[in-house]
Amino acid sequence: MTGVQITGIGLHPFGRFDAKTTTDMGVVAVQSALRDAGRPKFQAAFCATAYAGVASGHKVLGALGLTGVPIVDVEAGCASGGAALMLAAGAVRAGQYDTVLVFGIEKMPKGIIRSSFFEPWREEAGLAATPSYFALRAQRLMRESGITKQHLAQVVVKNRANGVDNPDAMFQKPTTVDDVLASRVVCEPLHLHMLCSPNEGAAAVVLQCDASSANGVTLAAAVLRSHLPGSVLGEATPMSGIDDSDITPPSALAANAAYEEAGIGANDLDVVECQDTDAARELLSYEELGLCAKGDQPRMVDDGTTARGGALPVNPSGGLLSKGEPLGASALGQVVELTTQLRGAAGARQVDGARTALAHTVGRGANAAVVILKT
Amino acid sequence: MTASTRAVHDGLFRVDDDGSVHLLGGYSPSSGKHHFPLLPACPYTGTEDVEAVDLSDHGTLWGWTAVTAAPPGYEGEVPFGFGVVELPEGLRVITRLTESDPARLEFGMAMGLVVAPLHTDSDGNEVVTYAFEPAKDPE
Repeated sequence: MTGVQITGIGLHPFGRFDAKTTTDMGVVAVQSALRDAGRPKFQAAFCATAYAGVASGHKVLGALGLTGVPIVDVEAGCASGGAALMLAAGAVRAGQYDTVLVFGIEKMPKGIIRSSFFEPWREEAGLAATPSYFALRAQRLMRESGITKQHLAQVVVKNRANGVDNPDAMFQKPTTVDDVLASRVVCEPLHLHMLCSPNEGAAAVVLQCDASSANGVTLAAAVLRSHLPGSVLGEATPMSGIDDSDITPPSALAANAAYEEAGIGANDLDVVECQDTDAARELLSYEELGLCAKGDQPRMVDDGTTARGGALPVNPSGGLLSKGEPLGASALGQVVELTTQLRGAAGARQVDGARTALAHTVGRGANAAVVILKT
Repeated sequence: MTASTRAVHDGLFRVDDDGSVHLLGGYSPSSGKHHFPLLPACPYTGTEDVEAVDLSDHGTLWGWTAVTAAPPGYEGEVPFGFGVVELPEGLRVITRLTESDPARLEFGMAMGLVVAPLHTDSDGNEVVTYAFEPAKDPE
C-alpha cells in the first residue's frame, strides 16, 4: 500500500463523560486530526461506530460544517475502526480520492455489553454473557499453553503500568498481581480486573496519497477478515463447533494477509497494540499474530518480552485494560498511538527506535482487523 | 411438556412422552459433519443436504465456568454453570450446566442431557432449556 500515508491524528480521551455526546467527542478528535494534517480538504469520510445510531458520522461533520462529501458509517464490532481504515485506504490506493478522513466514535452502555448480535432467546437462556465466553477461552488457553492465573494478572500489571503514562487512558494507576487476584471473580478464571471496561471516546486519522508530510507515517496494510466456521469459542460465538485445530482463526487470517501486503514478517515488528479485552485475549493474540509459537506465552510474560522496555513491547498505550474499549474508536485509537510512537512523540511511553508497528482488533462477527504502519 | 412449561426456543430440544430429552441438530452426509441447532445448510461446507437428526444425549465436559452476575436479558438465578460439552459425534455444544461451582467440574468428565428451569415468564409459564449435568456415578 505504498503511497498511502497517515498525515494527521486526533483523539478524544477514553473514559466516561456523562455530559458529552458521541458527536461532541467526535468533533474533538476530527478537529485535532485535521489540524495535525494541516487542514487538507478531504473527498470522503468513513465513521466507525457500533452503538451511535443512524448517520452518526454526519452529525459529527455537520457540527463542523464539513458535509457534502460522502460520509459512510462502518460497523464491524470491535474492529470497526480497522474496517473503516481498510475501506478508506483501498479508495485512496485505487485513486478514487487523494485525501480521506477516518474517525471512530462511541458511547458504550454501562455494564456487560448487550449485543443485538445475540437472539433474544439466547439472552433469556443465559447464553449471551460475553465474559463467560472470554472465560472459556481463557480456560482453554491455560489448559493448552501452560498459562496460569498469575500470568493473566501479570498481563494486567504490565498494561496498567503502561497506562500510568497515558493521559488519555481511563485508568492511570498501576496495579499489582495481588490486587488483580483479589478482585472478584466475574467468570472463573477471569477476575474483574482482568477484563477491560466498555467506555466512551473518539479517534480520527487523515489518510493522504503520496503526501510529503514531515509527520507522515506509511499505512503499509489495513486488513479485515471474518471467521472460518468451526471454532466453538471463536468470536463468532456459534452455538456449536468442531475440532478446530486446523481452522485458522480470524486474527491470524488478517495478520497473515497484512504481513503479505506490507511485505514484512512478525520478526520485523518493533511495537504492537493488540486486543486485550481480557488478559487471556492478549496472550492468545501473541500466537495468532505470530509473535510467538503456541505455548510460548508463559516465557514471554515471565521474561518481560512484551513490557515497554522488552524486545517487543505490546500495548505501550496501556491497552484496553487501561484505556477501556469504546468499540468504534478502539482500533483507530491504536493507530493514533502507533503513529505517535513512529513519530517518536510518545514521551514517557515512547518505544525506542520504533519504525514498524502493528495494531490488532478482533470481536463480534467475527471481525478481525490488522493494521501495519511503517516510517 | 405440560401447558405451563415453555421451551426457551423452538427447535433446540425435544422431550418425549417417556421423559427422554433429545438435542435437535443437523447432519450433512456430504461433509460428514453434525451441527447444532439445525441450519438450512451445512455450516462447514455450505451444502444443502442437511438432515434433521437427534444428537447424542451425553458427552464429555470440554469447557466450563460460572456466570456470577445476571447478563442482559436474563431473568433467572445466578450463579449458573455455563460451558461446552463435546458429544460423541465430535460436536462441541454451548450449554448451561446444572453445576454452578467450577471447582466441582473437571475436564473430560461424563455429562448427560437434561431439561433445566430458567425462570417463570409474565404469563406464569415455567421457561425451560436444555442443559448438561454431571453423569451419575454407577453404583
